[in-house]
Amino acid sequence: MRFDKLSLREPGARQAVFVSGLSKQFGDTSPVFDRLCFTVPYDESVAIIGANGTGKSTLMRALVRLTEVDNGEIEVLGEKVRELGAAKLRHFRSRVGFVFQRHNLVSRLSVLSNVIHGAQGRHAGPHLWAQWCAPGYLRDEAMNCLARVGLADRAGQRVDSLSGGQSQRVAIARMLMQRPELVIADEPVASLDPKAGVEVMDLLFKLVREAGITLLFVSHNMEHAQIYADRIVGLGHGKVMMDIPSRNAKAAELKDFFMEPVAA
Amino acid sequence: MSWNRPDTPARFERPGILTFTIGCSALAFVLWSFQSSGFSLAQFDRGIPALIRVFSQMFPPNISDIERILWSLLVTFQMAVAGVVLGLIFSLPIAIFAAEGLSPHPIIKHIARGLIALFRTVPDLVWALIFVITVGLGSPAGILTIMIDTIGFAGRFFATAMEETDKGPREALAAIGARPSGIVFSAVFPDATPSFISTALFCIEKAVRASVVLGLVGAGGIGVELKVAFDLFEYDVAATIIILIFCLVICVEQTGAWLRRRII
Repeated sequence: MRFDKLSLREPGARQAVFVSGLSKQFGDTSPVFDRLCFTVPYDESVAIIGANGTGKSTLMRALVRLTEVDNGEIEVLGEKVRELGAAKLRHFRSRVGFVFQRHNLVSRLSVLSNVIHGAQGRHAGPHLWAQWCAPGYLRDEAMNCLARVGLADRAGQRVDSLSGGQSQRVAIARMLMQRPELVIADEPVASLDPKAGVEVMDLLFKLVREAGITLLFVSHNMEHAQIYADRIVGLGHGKVMMDIPSRNAKAAELKDFFMEPVAA
Repeated sequence: MSWNRPDTPARFERPGILTFTIGCSALAFVLWSFQSSGFSLAQFDRGIPALIRVFSQMFPPNISDIERILWSLLVTFQMAVAGVVLGLIFSLPIAIFAAEGLSPHPIIKHIARGLIALFRTVPDLVWALIFVITVGLGSPAGILTIMIDTIGFAGRFFATAMEETDKGPREALAAIGARPSGIVFSAVFPDATPSFISTALFCIEKAVRASVVLGLVGAGGIGVELKVAFDLFEYDVAATIIILIFCLVICVEQTGAWLRRRII
C-alpha cells in the first residue's frame, strides 16, 4: 500500500504533524526521502519503524528543523516549520519535547540544573543557566518533573554519576520541564539494556498519556512499537511503506521493516 | 650447514642526489650561522673565567635589602595576577567569537581569530615596549602586556576547548528552543570548565615568568631591580633576586599543578 500519493489532510482534521512531499538527499546517494507524506493526529501515539538508513532519525530531526530538507511541506503544531525565522523557530521548538538516542545532558552539571535547562525555550536569561541561579518557582517545577520520573532524590547529583537509564529519565524530566504539546523521541532506549529500555518506555508513555501529549517515536523494537503506539508507520525507500493501527500489526509484517529496506 | 640467503643489508643506505644536496646545504648553513654570529670556541674559552668570577661574586647572596626585594617580588606577582585576570576576562568573549560553531558570523570569527593570532605572534617584549611608550614606565605597562599576552594564549585554547565540547547537549538545548547565549553558558562552558581552569593556571605561570623579564624594558616589577643590580655590578644582590624569582616560579607551578589535580 502506497501512501505518498494520498491526500492526508482531511477536512476538519487536526494534525499535530503534517508532512507532505518531503524530499531529502545527502550528496549523490539515493534519496533519504522521496516525496514522503505522513500525518500524526493530536493525542495519538505513533511509532516510526524501518531498517537502518531509512531516514527515521533524519525525519524526526527535520520536524524541528535540526536537519534541513530539500523540498516539501512540514507543518507541526500548526506551524510551517520550514518558513520560521530564528525567533519563531525557537518559540516553536519550545513547544516540542525532543528525546534523543543519547540523553544529551550536560554531564558536569547537576541533575536539577539539567532539568531547569528545559525551561530555556519559555524563558531566557542567566537565571536558567544553572540551578543555583534559578528562581524558586523554577526549582520547584524542576523538582516536580524529577519526582514524576522518580529521581527527585538525585537532584543534587552530577549527571555523570548516574546510570544510562537514570540519565535518560532525567532527559525525560527536562523534556517535561518544557511543558511540550508534542513529544518526539528518536530511539530513546537505543543505548539502554532491555530492562532499562522497558522502564524508560513505560515511563515516557505513562507521562505523555497522563498529560494528553501527542507522541511520535522511533523504535527498533517490535514489541515497543506494538505496545506503546496507536499507529505504526513503516519507512522504506524514502516513502511510507506501511501505516496501520498497532492492534492490526502482525509480527512477521513488522519484522520486514527491521531487516533490509522493503521493496517498493 | 650453509644457508642460501641474500647478503646482509648495508648499515647505511647510499643517499640519493637530492638527499645528499639537502644534507650538504643544511650543514653549510649551520656552519655559516656560527661564522656570521661571530661565535668561536676561543671566545667561549675566554668567557669561562669571567663566568666563574661573576658566579663567585654572587655568593653569598646579599640579603641586606631583602625587604625591598620581597616587596618588589610581590608587586611583580600582583602585576602578573592582574594582567592574567584582565586577559582572561577579555579572552572569553573573543574565544566565543573565534570558536567554530559558536561564532555568530564567519566574518566575526575571522576577525576574532586574526586578533588572537596577532596577540600571539607579536612577542611580549615588543608589546611591553609599545605600552612603555604609550602609558609610561611602570606596572601599568606590564599589566597591559600580560593582558595582551594572555588574550593571545588563552583565547586560542579557550576557543579550541569550546569547539571540542560534546555536541549532544548543545543540540538538545537548541531543540528545546534555547538562545545561543543559553547554549554557550549552559552547555559549552560547564563542559569546557576543566580546560578553562587548566589554561588559566598555565597563564598565571607564564605571566609570572614573563613579568620578570618585562621589568628589563621598564614595564615594572622585579626585573627593574635585577637590571639595576647587574648595571651596578652588585652580583650578590642579583643572586638574591634570582633565587627569589626561582622560588616564586616554583611555588606558582607547584600550586598550579596541585590545583589542576584537585579541580580536574
